Amino acid sequence: MKKVLRDLRVGEVSFPNASHLLLRLVSEEVLPPIVPGQFVEVQCPTSGQTMLRRPISIHYADPEGRAIGLLIHCVGEGTRSLASLHVGDTVSCLFPLGNGFTLPSGRQRCLLVGGGVGSAPLLQLGRELSQMGHSVTFLLGGKTADDLLCLDAYRPFGRLCLTTEDGSLGTKGFVTQHDVIAEPFDLIQTCGPRPMMQAVSRLARERGIRCEVSLENLMACGMGACLCCVENTSQGHRCVCTDGPVFDSRDLLWT
Amino acid sequence: MANLHTSLGTLQLQNPVMTASGTFGYGLEFADIVRLDRLGAIIVKGTTLEPREGNPYPRMAETAQGMLNCVGLQNKGVAYFCEHIYPQVRTIGTHVIVNVSGHSIESYAACAEQLAALTDIPAIELNISCPNVKEGGMAFGTSAKSAAEVVREVRRVYPKTLIVKLSPNVTDIAEIARAAEAEGADAVSLINTLLGMAIDIEKRQPKLSIGTGGLSGPAVKPVAVRMVWQVAKAVKIPIVGLGGISSVADAVEFMMAGASAIQIGTANFVQPDISERIADGLSDWLDAHGCTDVREIIGAAL
Repeated sequence: MKKVLRDLRVGEVSFPNASHLLLRLVSEEVLPPIVPGQFVEVQCPTSGQTMLRRPISIHYADPEGRAIGLLIHCVGEGTRSLASLHVGDTVSCLFPLGNGFTLPSGRQRCLLVGGGVGSAPLLQLGRELSQMGHSVTFLLGGKTADDLLCLDAYRPFGRLCLTTEDGSLGTKGFVTQHDVIAEPFDLIQTCGPRPMMQAVSRLARERGIRCEVSLENLMACGMGACLCCVENTSQGHRCVCTDGPVFDSRDLLWT
Repeated sequence: MANLHTSLGTLQLQNPVMTASGTFGYGLEFADIVRLDRLGAIIVKGTTLEPREGNPYPRMAETAQGMLNCVGLQNKGVAYFCEHIYPQVRTIGTHVIVNVSGHSIESYAACAEQLAALTDIPAIELNISCPNVKEGGMAFGTSAKSAAEVVREVRRVYPKTLIVKLSPNVTDIAEIARAAEAEGADAVSLINTLLGMAIDIEKRQPKLSIGTGGLSGPAVKPVAVRMVWQVAKAVKIPIVGLGGISSVADAVEFMMAGASAIQIGTANFVQPDISERIADGLSDWLDAHGCTDVREIIGAAL
């Protein structure tokens, strides 16, 4: 799949909460084909000590508007610097990277499980799955209501089920404690904190449901060159950036 | 337009800009972004006689203007390279040089011997300086005696251009360079990464799986320039300079310190098209400074 290195223009900046940033980045030229679950290596406008790009999953792709959306958790110097961007600024982006989620054929019952900012790529995934005629259920979890962001964006594409650890929104507890998880599904696709994805994988395995997991290991190049982001799999060390970020959960050793 | 041709022994380069081992894959990964035929050469991943899984994750930590890595020479082995990678890269548009590593003198030599048989691989870079493997690697590059032994044995079986990559984690790098030269190395490249460490102060543990790793990026550049300058005064064979180069000015600086060619490493992760940009920009720089030949700046600050 062809990747491009391109300066994108900031079209919109918004802050869904105090620690998250939603960027709409617009391209002068036509966007390359993008698969849900792929990511962008974004150059951060830091003035300080960081230099590496930050891998950010694609929240939505809008080919007609030649735009992509990135939902970013501002946790460190690099991602925090992105919050200083203004409409009209340009950002160097290397994309689309990684394999992306499987878009199955036929009509399948898909459960998309997201935790925190890991829910971001599930928006584009749910949109494409629903447009293909699959039935989509989003199960999104967070510590508090404040972690469940941009919910209205998900609603047009599927049923929305929510959990929070403190019970401030949706069912109290973890995603794996929500009733919906007992319903029949053909495919589970998940992105979020590692312990959550491990629990979801375990549950999928017990019930014999195919499960795809999107990992977010620390990475440098995003192109399979540095070999820093490897995950232990049944086929040895594999790069999250090029062999992933999406893996069949049965291939992961979780070590 | 200035003449950019440079040479490492008998190996002629169309320009001095190479990509460093472990930062540019096999070149193919960058083909969407970089016109590979604009580069002087590509040094592909560290290759060993047997396949290696490398060290556990996490293998990377970003530091001030640099990064630490402890990948540990993950690769599928020289036989895999010859069978599967070589056919894809032999006509990539520029020289492909293989970086060779080992855990014993015999394994270095056996790996080099297999690569010698590949018509379109004109050179190898002997890595006697990897800080991230328990045995071998840097162990060979930290004493003049062991460096001489491994270069001697590889020279015996490898007739084409032999570049020896030196470790900065030594007291006197010029002494190691002289040992490599004395055993018949055609060129030396320096520096490999500086041994370093970072600690996660919340978890109270090292950020890297094996504790220590190799530091690269702009943070190491002044150390690398100093070492190139010292080695240039100590040997007659050409020097390939690397360590934190991320601009045309950095490349010029290394060449003025005595490097006949340079390698771009960590900067490939930051700006994936930087190698081509520096190759083009070097030509512009020379023109703007009234130089008609890149050789006018090699060693200019010695």
